[in-house]
Amino acid sequence: MQWETVIGLEIHTQLATQSKIFSGAPTAFGAEPNTQACAIDLGLPGVLPVLNAQAVKLAVRFGKAIEAEIAPRSVFARKNYFYPDLPKGYQISQYELPVVGKGQVEIVLDDGAVKTIGVTRAHLEEDAGKSLHEDFDGYTGIDLNRAGTPLLEIVSEPDMRSPQEAVAYAKKIHQIVRYIGICDGNMQEGSFRMDANVSVRPVGQETFGTRAEIKNLNSFRFLEKAIQFEVERQIDLIEGGGVVVQETRLYDAAKDETRSMRTKEEANDYRYFPDPDLLPLEIDAAFLQAATADLPELPDAKRERFHTQFGLSEYDASLLTASRELADYFEAVAHAAGEPKLAANWVSGELMAALNKAELEIGASPVSASLLAGLIRRIQDGTISGKIAKQVFEAMWNGEGDADQVIESQGLKQITDTGAIETMIEEIIAANPGQVEQYRAGKDKVFGFFVGQAMKASKGKANPQQVNDILKRKLQG
Amino acid sequence: MSLDASDVEKIAHLARLAIAPGQTERYAADLSNILDLVAQMDAVETAEVTPMAHPLHMAQRLRPDEPSEPNQRDLFQANAPLAESGLFLVPRVIE
Repeated sequence: MQWETVIGLEIHTQLATQSKIFSGAPTAFGAEPNTQACAIDLGLPGVLPVLNAQAVKLAVRFGKAIEAEIAPRSVFARKNYFYPDLPKGYQISQYELPVVGKGQVEIVLDDGAVKTIGVTRAHLEEDAGKSLHEDFDGYTGIDLNRAGTPLLEIVSEPDMRSPQEAVAYAKKIHQIVRYIGICDGNMQEGSFRMDANVSVRPVGQETFGTRAEIKNLNSFRFLEKAIQFEVERQIDLIEGGGVVVQETRLYDAAKDETRSMRTKEEANDYRYFPDPDLLPLEIDAAFLQAATADLPELPDAKRERFHTQFGLSEYDASLLTASRELADYFEAVAHAAGEPKLAANWVSGELMAALNKAELEIGASPVSASLLAGLIRRIQDGTISGKIAKQVFEAMWNGEGDADQVIESQGLKQITDTGAIETMIEEIIAANPGQVEQYRAGKDKVFGFFVGQAMKASKGKANPQQVNDILKRKLQG
Repeated sequence: MSLDASDVEKIAHLARLAIAPGQTERYAADLSNILDLVAQMDAVETAEVTPMAHPLHMAQRLRPDEPSEPNQRDLFQANAPLAESGLFLVPRVIE
């Protein structure tokens, strides 16, 4: 039987605030356990939550970025369950009336086709604390620093049909939240966590199959592999005469499999109700305007502009707009050098390779945009060849100054003096009579040998075009 | 609407409340009576009424995003049955 995969994602993004969503405790990562957990985060009696304006602002920015409706009135609800890292016995979330309503994003599939993925909603909620099960015999250690950290949970429609589509969608959301500055997107630190709802159905069937939810995936690779495994598991199960049970599963990266979490029969009985400690959140036109007035150009628009304004290929435009920092860097180089295509080649080629090798982000590049632009101008005006430019780039990377300084100090200026090149070539011809004879006998390949000798003799500095021209002329005799 | 003993047991379990054996029937009857009382609302036409999220006709106030709470870990942990290395310790919750 032919099966179709149906996937929906829930993505928890940690909002980039200084303080928690309902308390004034700080949210800095990596603090000593429980030093950033105040009476409100601990759920002590008599405390009241007060909503953080910035968290609301960041949620609204996201809504605007995905062309969603922003609810003029939304409501906080209590999601009730018992776990030691949730001291109140409930998580404050939003249920029936979330702040961000239906929206959408576009993803590009492998074949270049564009697919629209619906976003059902995005709601504000607080994170729970952290449970450490390893270090204490018979006990679980609880760190509540993370409790009360603001999250925006972004829920998609079940619109994805393959693990690759799910990854493309997740990457798109990741790109958007970083572009608009609402989340640092740091997956190692848990700022961007994904849950995947996965089901299968016979091709052509209208109704969805029973879904399993894979929780807490913290890398795109794990997302893809977990879904791949889960799809195989469900198909094998059904074809073997079994039925899929609606349950929560965990992905074990070491074994590359999903495992059922111990099913509690009441696991999904959260008994939501409006939180009486919080009034409805009202967002008026003025707040909306202030929150979204400085939204930057979004990745899709930027990609399109790089394509049309700079004449970049779709591939290059997409690559260079992957992050806002990279796009800004490229644009700075392109403007300063006046050579967008050459700038694109250098940024996506030499620079990216060096950054990857050194495991650096673009913001930490030792070669700044203006340094790179300076190098590109020297290629453009013929001072150095593309090959020598790589040598100059390496020197700039190692902090040996700007392009002009490196060219000067290492004597890399291209030799364009025709007389000097001619003299050099005459010497090479005189020294290699055998090869000259071969060439004149019709063995064209030997030409490459002479070019190589000329470049070697000039230490790569001879203008390649001139070398070619002069060689051809001289070899003809 | 009426609740039976098993509903009461389930609700009690979800709320982590211990109900003495022999008390469930009484609770089932009491809770059913409360639900019947509320069910009288079903007779009222509410199609045009916005569901009330809060009895006060006010909107949520927002506070500026400024850390204001100092670290009071020692004070809070003095109140905890067990704490070690800065962590609250609770009976192990997974196998």
